[in-house]
Order: sequence, then C-alpha cells, then structure tokens
Amino acid sequence: MSAPVLSVRGLDVAFRVGRGARARTVRAVTGADLDLRPGRLTALVGESGCGKSVLTEALTGLLPATAAVRGSATLSTPDGDLELLDAPESDLRDRVRGRLLGLVPQSAATHLTPTRTVGAQLRETLARLGAGIPVAELMERAALPRHVLELYPHELSGGQAQRAGLAAALAGDPPVLLADEPTAGLDRPLVEHVTALLAGLADEGRAVLLITHDLRAARDVADDVAVMYASRLVETGPAAEVFTGPWHPYTAGLLGALPDAGFTPVPGHPPELSALPPGCPFAPRCPERERCSGDPEPVRHGDRTVSCSGPVGS
Amino acid sequence: MSLRADAVTAGWRRGRPVVDRVDLAVPPGSVLGLAGPSGCGKSTLTRVLALLHAPWSGTVSVDGEPVHRFRFAAPAALRRRIGVVFQSPRAATDPRLTLERIVAEPLRAARVPAAETARRVAEVADLVGLTGELRGRRPHEVSDGQLQRACLARALAPRPDYLLCDEMTAMLDASTTAALVSVVSAEVTGRGLGVLAVSHDEQLLDAWAGEVLRPWS
Repeated sequence: MSAPVLSVRGLDVAFRVGRGARARTVRAVTGADLDLRPGRLTALVGESGCGKSVLTEALTGLLPATAAVRGSATLSTPDGDLELLDAPESDLRDRVRGRLLGLVPQSAATHLTPTRTVGAQLRETLARLGAGIPVAELMERAALPRHVLELYPHELSGGQAQRAGLAAALAGDPPVLLADEPTAGLDRPLVEHVTALLAGLADEGRAVLLITHDLRAARDVADDVAVMYASRLVETGPAAEVFTGPWHPYTAGLLGALPDAGFTPVPGHPPELSALPPGCPFAPRCPERERCSGDPEPVRHGDRTVSCSGPVGS
Repeated sequence: MSLRADAVTAGWRRGRPVVDRVDLAVPPGSVLGLAGPSGCGKSTLTRVLALLHAPWSGTVSVDGEPVHRFRFAAPAALRRRIGVVFQSPRAATDPRLTLERIVAEPLRAARVPAAETARRVAEVADLVGLTGELRGRRPHEVSDGQLQRACLARALAPRPDYLLCDEMTAMLDASTTAALVSVVSAEVTGRGLGVLAVSHDEQLLDAWAGEVLRPWS
C-alpha cells in the first residue's frame, strides 16, 4: 500500500464548556490514529454527534480557540513534512487550506454567499489561490453544467449546491480532500452521483476522506473505513473486509441496522461526550460486555485495527 | 375506515399543481409507503393529508368523514387525529423549549390537564427512548437523532389515529433509523395506528411498509 499523505496519531480534542457548577469537559476526539493514502477513499462513519466533524476541523485548523488539541497530524508536502497541529495560522491559511487540504463543508449551500453567482465565487476562489485553470475546467471536474455559473445559490438544487462546494474545494487542486457529510439531505440518485464523483477524484490519485452517517453510501464507494463511536475510532481497515466481517460489536450493530440487513437498532444511546464512562465507551450497549476486559486501546492486526478486547477483537 | 385522498390536486402557485389527482388510502393498523424523487410533491401531499394545506380540488376524508373546504386551518379536533413527523427536527422544534416541553406542546394546546399531560409525556418519552436526563435539555444540547425521537414522541402524545412520516429518518444514522421505525411499527401492531411513510429511499420503504406506492414513476 502507498505511504500515507496525511497521518494522524493519538489525536485528542477536548472543549471546556459551561461556567461555574455547569462547567464540564467535552471530549470530542480521543486517541485517534488515521492514515489517508493517495488514490484511496476513506469513509469515516458514525452516529451524529460522535466527533466526526471536530476531527476534520482539527486537521484544517478551524477549531475554536477554546479547544485543547493533543497528538500529531503530519502532512507530506513537496517541501517536506508539515505538522498541522503546531502550524501557525498564517501557514495554514497561505499554504494548507485550499492548496494542500480541500474542505467540502457540511451543507455547502449555507457556505455560498447568497448575493453572488456561483461563477463569481468560483472565479474569486481561483484568483485567490493563484490557480491557473479556467473556471470551465473546474465545473467539469465537479460535474456541473455551464449554466450553473450564472445562478445564485438560492436557484441551485441541493445536489448542485453540494457540487459547487466541491468545485470550490478543488480550485487549488489539493492532494487531500476532506468532505464533511456531502450527501446529507440528498436523495439516493444524488447521493450516488456525489459519492461517485469523490471516488473518481480518489482514483485520480487524491486522498479523500468522506465523513458520513450514511453507511450505505460508505459501503458503496469506500476503499478504507474508520468507524467512530463516542469520540474514538473503534475500528479501521479496508472497507471490503470491515463491511463483510466487522470485528467491533458496534460496527456489527450498525451494519445490522441497515434496512436490507436485519433493520435492528443498537439498543440504548451513545454516551454524552461530556460524561464518557471510563474504559470502553460502548460497553453499556455491548452484547459481548460479559466476555471483555473493557480496555478500549486499539489493537492492530495487519491493515485493520479494532478497539475491543472482547471475543471479536482478540 | 381510513385516511383517504380522493382525486386530490394541490399546489402553491396558481396554474402549477404539484399534486395532480392523487388517490390514496391509509388504513388503520398498517404502513403505506409513498416513494418518489426530491421535488416531486411528496411533502405537499403530506401537508394536504395532515390538513395543514387546503387542496385545490378533490377531498381528504378521515374515517369516512370528508374535511370540508377550509381556508387557513382545518378544525383542531380533526387535525389532532393525524400526527406528523418532518424531515428536519431542528426546523420543527422551538430552540427555547426543553424536549419534555416540546413533547407536551400538543397536549397543552388541547388543554389536557397538567397531571394527565405529565403522565402521557412520560409514557411517550419512554416509548421513543428519551431518558430522564435528556428530557430536561434543549435542542442545541442534543443530537439530531435524539431530537427526532422527541419529534416522534410529540406526534404520538395526542394518541393520533394516523401518523404521517415525511422523510422522518433522512438525516439519521442507520441505528437511530431502525430504532424509530421499530417504535412506529409497535404502535401499528399494538393499537392500530395507520401510517403513511414518505421517503425517497425505496430500500427503507420496502423493509418498513406493507405496500409502497410510486405515483411518480
């Protein structure tokens, strides 16, 4: 397998929220290890509120100042390795965002300026990045028809808005693309269109991270998958292996909840990120908890990791 | 006995009907699926059946009783018999209220006595899996899945005869989707609730509904 272009190790992100008696620490990401490789689409799946978006915000330096971040995230660049978590904002702004890391934000429509056409916004993005490609080529890469250039954001369909966000993220031709829920609220044919576009961008040699709660979309296009639960990456590995033979009981539970695979919910609720239980956060909902030591440290077996000390993991 | 639409035509702009002569019937104790792509008129039809939008022509009837022409709102007693759950729980809840109060809202509007309201809220909150601690929180303090559980509880609190689920699970993960569908299914078999499940996701409807209508395909 190719060397990772972005390598995350032991990433912790915590926020202090509330005041006085209500002050508490929200642990949004705990001990995350993740590699993004050129030419591969990695899907990050998990329930809403499990910390998926915070992970991308940490990588792009977009976290609020109240966040406490630990660990490392190393990006390979033509000028050598860059440590993203220690990089000054000026570096992130001038070298990283848009040029080395493209970000397709959640609900792209709300990130477009409502009073300007798509064309005006994309041309500005290209000019700011100093990218030498014509806007027509950018439209083609994002599978947008030419006439969309003349449209204002409110005239776009959900799928077009999402592709306009993708076009903006591609303006600087970044080798790494982070797409945060690019298919939320789209119907099935559009979901397939957007995920196929992302898969095509990976095939051209980019490293793509697709963050989604849509397990079916992930199953259809991902090369690698990372399953997140209550701030931890509980299972990672090649998608074909994880989706057909999950090791972590949470992955197995999520797959069993799909309409074509049993339609049975995982019992109970995920814990609050401000009140994570010690040890394995999934233990209270886990069907295998009796046969497990409750240690959530990830164990590596070949290209797969699993944070489970129960029968499936050992 | 059913929630019926007969030759219903409805829309928003004059001369542009979004729903054109649609017939359907939701019988009690069953789940009818309604599938169609984005923008085809599923939500408009749902609003007409929920008595929130008057049809231009045709009739909606509840258990054989036609709902006569109304201008802004159908009689509250009739509307209370039909619950609705919308796609986006954030857009469908008042951010200032606690989940418990959100669930209680239709009962307060119907002037149900406070003790009875508290009892029914606790009952439906248990049903949808809202734990005691979650009930005191406001929408910004919970996830989409938890908030949609509250929206389902709110729709079930007045014990409606019919429930319309308009893309109820489109924003939810697989596990929460399966959990909410199983809550609704228990009401269908338990007390004969009649359900219209509206979605663009045919795989979901095939697993959930007894029969799936595809009037737009």
